[in-house]
Amino acid sequence: MSTASIVYDIIGRFTMHSLPFYDMVQNPTKENLINGSIAGFAACVAVGGLVIVVAGITYLKKWRWLWSEWLTSTDHKKIGIMYVVIAFVMMGRAIIEAILMRAQQAWGLDGGFLSPNHFGQLFSTHGTIMIFFMAMPFLIGVINYVMPLQIGARDVSFPVLNSISLMLTAAGAILIMASLVFGQFSTGGWFGYPPYTEAHFLPGVGPDYWIWALSLSGLGSTLTGINFAVTIFKERAPGMKLFYMPLFTWAALCTSIMMIFAMPPLTVATAQLALDRYLGFHYFTNELGGDMMHFVNLFWIFGHPEVYILIIPAFGIYSEVFSTYSGKALFGYASMVLAIMCIAILSFTVWVHHFFTMGQGPSINAVYGIASMLIGIPTGVKIYDWMWTMFRGRVRITAPMIYAIGFIVLFVLGGMSGIVLANPSVDFQVHNTDFLVAHFHNVIIPGVLFGLIAGYHFWFPKVFGYRLDERWGIFAACCWTLGFMLAFFPLYALGIMGLPRRTVAYAQPAYVPLEMAAFGGALLIGVALLSLLIQLVVSYLHRDENRVPVGDPWDGRSLEWACAAPPPEYNFPVIPMVSDRDAFTAAKAFGTAYLPPAEYVDITLPKNAAMGPVIGALGFAIAFGLVWHIWWLVCLATLGAFATMIVRGFARDTTKTIPAAEVEAEYEQWLEVVRAATPVTRADETRPVNQGLADQTALGAAS
Amino acid sequence: MSQEVFHYPGLNLGKAHPRTHAIAQTTIFGFWVFLMSDAILFGLVFSSYVTSVHATAGAPGPKQLFDITSVFAETLLLLASSFTFGMASLSMKYSHSKRRLVGWLVLTLVLGAGFLGLETHDFLTMVAKGGAPEHSGFLSAFWDLVPLHGLHVTGGSIWLICLLGQIKRYGLDTRTKLDIMRLALFWHFLDIVWIAIFTVVYLAGLA
Amino acid sequence: MRVVGPGVRRWIVNTQPRHRPATAADRSCPRRWVGARFAWTVSLARCIALAVLVLMLGSCVGNEHMSFLDPQGPVAHAEAVHFYWIVGIMAVFVAGPIFLALPFFLWRYRYGNARAKYAPNWKDSAPVIAFTWIGPVLIVCGLGYFVWTDSHRLNPYRALASNQPPLQMQVIGYDWKWLFIYPKQGIATIGTMALPVGRPVTLHLTSATVMQSFFIPALGSQIYAMGGMVTRLNLEAMHPGRYLGENTMYNGNGFHFQKFTAVGMTPDRFKAWVKQVKFNGTPIDARILTAIGTCSTREQMIAAMPSLASTDGAIYLKDVSPGLFPAIVKAVKQGTTPGLAHAAQGGSGSRRSTTCKTPPPRLARAEP
Repeated sequence: MSTASIVYDIIGRFTMHSLPFYDMVQNPTKENLINGSIAGFAACVAVGGLVIVVAGITYLKKWRWLWSEWLTSTDHKKIGIMYVVIAFVMMGRAIIEAILMRAQQAWGLDGGFLSPNHFGQLFSTHGTIMIFFMAMPFLIGVINYVMPLQIGARDVSFPVLNSISLMLTAAGAILIMASLVFGQFSTGGWFGYPPYTEAHFLPGVGPDYWIWALSLSGLGSTLTGINFAVTIFKERAPGMKLFYMPLFTWAALCTSIMMIFAMPPLTVATAQLALDRYLGFHYFTNELGGDMMHFVNLFWIFGHPEVYILIIPAFGIYSEVFSTYSGKALFGYASMVLAIMCIAILSFTVWVHHFFTMGQGPSINAVYGIASMLIGIPTGVKIYDWMWTMFRGRVRITAPMIYAIGFIVLFVLGGMSGIVLANPSVDFQVHNTDFLVAHFHNVIIPGVLFGLIAGYHFWFPKVFGYRLDERWGIFAACCWTLGFMLAFFPLYALGIMGLPRRTVAYAQPAYVPLEMAAFGGALLIGVALLSLLIQLVVSYLHRDENRVPVGDPWDGRSLEWACAAPPPEYNFPVIPMVSDRDAFTAAKAFGTAYLPPAEYVDITLPKNAAMGPVIGALGFAIAFGLVWHIWWLVCLATLGAFATMIVRGFARDTTKTIPAAEVEAEYEQWLEVVRAATPVTRADETRPVNQGLADQTALGAAS
Repeated sequence: MSQEVFHYPGLNLGKAHPRTHAIAQTTIFGFWVFLMSDAILFGLVFSSYVTSVHATAGAPGPKQLFDITSVFAETLLLLASSFTFGMASLSMKYSHSKRRLVGWLVLTLVLGAGFLGLETHDFLTMVAKGGAPEHSGFLSAFWDLVPLHGLHVTGGSIWLICLLGQIKRYGLDTRTKLDIMRLALFWHFLDIVWIAIFTVVYLAGLA
Repeated sequence: MRVVGPGVRRWIVNTQPRHRPATAADRSCPRRWVGARFAWTVSLARCIALAVLVLMLGSCVGNEHMSFLDPQGPVAHAEAVHFYWIVGIMAVFVAGPIFLALPFFLWRYRYGNARAKYAPNWKDSAPVIAFTWIGPVLIVCGLGYFVWTDSHRLNPYRALASNQPPLQMQVIGYDWKWLFIYPKQGIATIGTMALPVGRPVTLHLTSATVMQSFFIPALGSQIYAMGGMVTRLNLEAMHPGRYLGENTMYNGNGFHFQKFTAVGMTPDRFKAWVKQVKFNGTPIDARILTAIGTCSTREQMIAAMPSLASTDGAIYLKDVSPGLFPAIVKAVKQGTTPGLAHAAQGGSGSRRSTTCKTPPPRLARAEP
């Protein structure tokens, strides 16, 4: 056995060239210097960030706290928070990448500063991160936190599974981060079409990073979907019929069912691509009976429902926001539920519109085009119903409402461009161009991201017990909206002018002004993200004057507002009885909110479990080993994962009990706070006087 | 018996096991949902197979590679194992002796192992005849679908061994009973998938 | 092509046709693509859009036509008309009501406006709900009609109505160039695709490498080119001119160089052009085929084989066998494509990719 083969056995495909600045040092051309510096800087930020976090935790002696309070926690609320933290970290990276790409294109007339390969990695990681490691964790985090509270449950049905899902998602995110430091990411885009991503054409580690990051996150999402669906079906408070559930919970139900159905196609597609790459199968190759269009079909059977998996929870958030900030019941509840169910079902019937240009017959194209347009019907209904919710309301323009209004305006435009694309004969002209890029950003940013940030504003006081700074919030919301318009409206024009997506450089001077405008918009979005960060810091520093311990800062309507902010670990001392929609509004109207229960009982909760972080770590090790062909690591980690599951099967003592007396003491203490608080009218809701107790005499109880 | 409340499709433990029955309402429902997701996975792999069935690209096809006798024997073994698992579930429900339950489970395991052994033999024969996955799109699809089922059976067998260990360690407590019920569903599900494989891959391939 | 000079390939450079202003294109476009009844609305919409477009396109309009809103062929023209209709219908029926009602609602029902009616429990009204559903259903029915008819009418596989038989062409996508084969004429080109004005062209497309998407926006639809498979596309140029052609499906580091110029010529000039290529072109051989199959931009390929150089940067080949295209399709299907075999050099995590995807040198466009 030669030394080289021993080294290969130990570190797999890793060489010095896998380090981001090695080429720059070896061959310092201008291009290598620029790209190496950017990549090296990004790697330093990733490693430096890790070092700072590790050092900080060590210095503050918080390892035990981190392990027992957070990483091993099975509390749906903490898991939700961790999901959202992952989402924000990844959003930071992906937005910086977006700004880099826009800068490259703005100066891309016959050149620019990025190498094509570097640019290819940027658009691939940007898309992959934004979909799988920003939007998905964000919405799963929000659902995790809010949904059990809204249905009056103590936790999700399978708390340990919840922790495993979180850690698998985290493992995928860390794998993508690792690609900054070790080797390169795929240049095959977020959908990684073969045969380009086959070993024959792209033999490096990039597509493998992509495959395994998606597999980890996809597995996590499937399990999450199962968990949420079962929770909503089985854990609702007594009396809460399906048609008493808040719209956000309905949205969570739709999304989870869609996850259960839509994630397997992704698993199959990436697994088959992995078989092609690792074992020489011929699923998607050009030759020997492979067919790349199988991948394209499978991917979009996942991919199209996926965009509705993303947007339906945001629809749910908008429903809560419009109704709460209009001081009014949601208009057309049943209609809204029917609409999201229609969207969920229709979303599985339209995937072919992603490749009208494949050369299939016109009838197939027309059928899928019309099916795509059909989705416009329930979506239109929802938009109308939100507007009718504001009709004869008392609309307060707060930060979440700015996002919501921006959403309606921009989403209508994005939906219109979607209808344009649903016409095969027009799609033939704008497919694969910047028009398409503009379209899906136009639905995903105002649709999904605005919704999630609105939800972040809306529920932040519930989660942390104090309100976010309103002025910075409004500033950020305006930056998001304007930045979005500036960044993406020019892309419609560029697409119509024939600019293909993913173009690193171009020869037409006519593109330059529009690209410059889009770059300005990207910078403004960067400012928006920065303002969100500043807002968080400012709010934290002023947290004492913005506390809302009573827990109902916005005169909320559903059960999550009925408990303290932040809520106790067990959510509700006694599971509430529900007899109406908008359960908390009804309770406030009848004066039954804030009453002590007849009797307190012991509460049983799951204990912390190391299963989640252990499986996550082993999942990461398996994936990393597979990417780099470090087979001993793969074998060890796989054995470890099996062993963990087997050992867990033998665990019996998995629950803990909180005695009734403790529950009572905590609850009485909170009731004291409630009695001491001054009820505020909606005019004062963003002022320090708002302690989270809503005045029912003025508006809420009127008429 | 007539008063029994059914919480979910399939064998319900019922009044004789009140605590397990209550918890099973969520647990087993959750497992059904998982099986649904797994069924979609198999459905897609099936559709991959069906669309690739003619993509033999000059490599050997079903007629050259499949040995119906051996596959039929595998089918019988797996069907029999499903039956024995059913007997195990019944003996749990009606609180027969632990030995009887363990006996049925061990028999299931033996039959499952027999299935896997025969299947491995078939696979090796196929490779010897030039039927390795890298030779054509059809073979790739075959080697994804059929071994995927085989891997599921292997996983189920490992789970079954662990369960036997749990029964030995803890006896038939709630957790063990829930696991047996879930594994039973899983096992029957794999049986159904095999029937589909037998029909779509082997019978249709040789027709 | 005003001057067919005596120089070696001087003639090829001057394929610049007379530039027509966009309004002239309007007048001459065949009516068969437009419902006559709606012609005036369509022309109004087109005028506005074209004005905007001309502003956007700036200097480029005079050089290469690059947008379907500046259509140079009946297909692109019909697609543009379809586009205006869809956008118009939605602007009026979808965006209009919402954009009018939203500001009104926000202002009228703002918090603090005590004069507006407040009905916190008004949450259901059968007529309103019926309206919210029926409105979108009607709009989608209308649009769906358009989708069905135009999908069939503009099916890229459907031959265009004409009194002339279509010109047959074959297109092969390589990394990072398109090879255009004229099988009847026995010639092939890279970088330029000449076609006679007023005569339909039927293209058969495949790829010798990864999936690509063939697209001439000013003429009509795009379609995928896939290895081992053949797709079809029918186009026609209405006016002589130069149109931007490209691949829109990302295929690696040289993706942005995979452009070509489609040149619409009068039938006489096209005939002359074919004759010139037959006379001046380089005979195709195995060495050239291997070079085409190697990952390179057109400029890199010419740099490697200077004998292929022409003054307009395109490559002109002659003695092309009509069996070339089917042979390539078959070879790709069997995995025996010349020039691609070298690509698989085993996995490497190296930053310096050792394969097909090696970056083309910076600004290869400017190199000789």
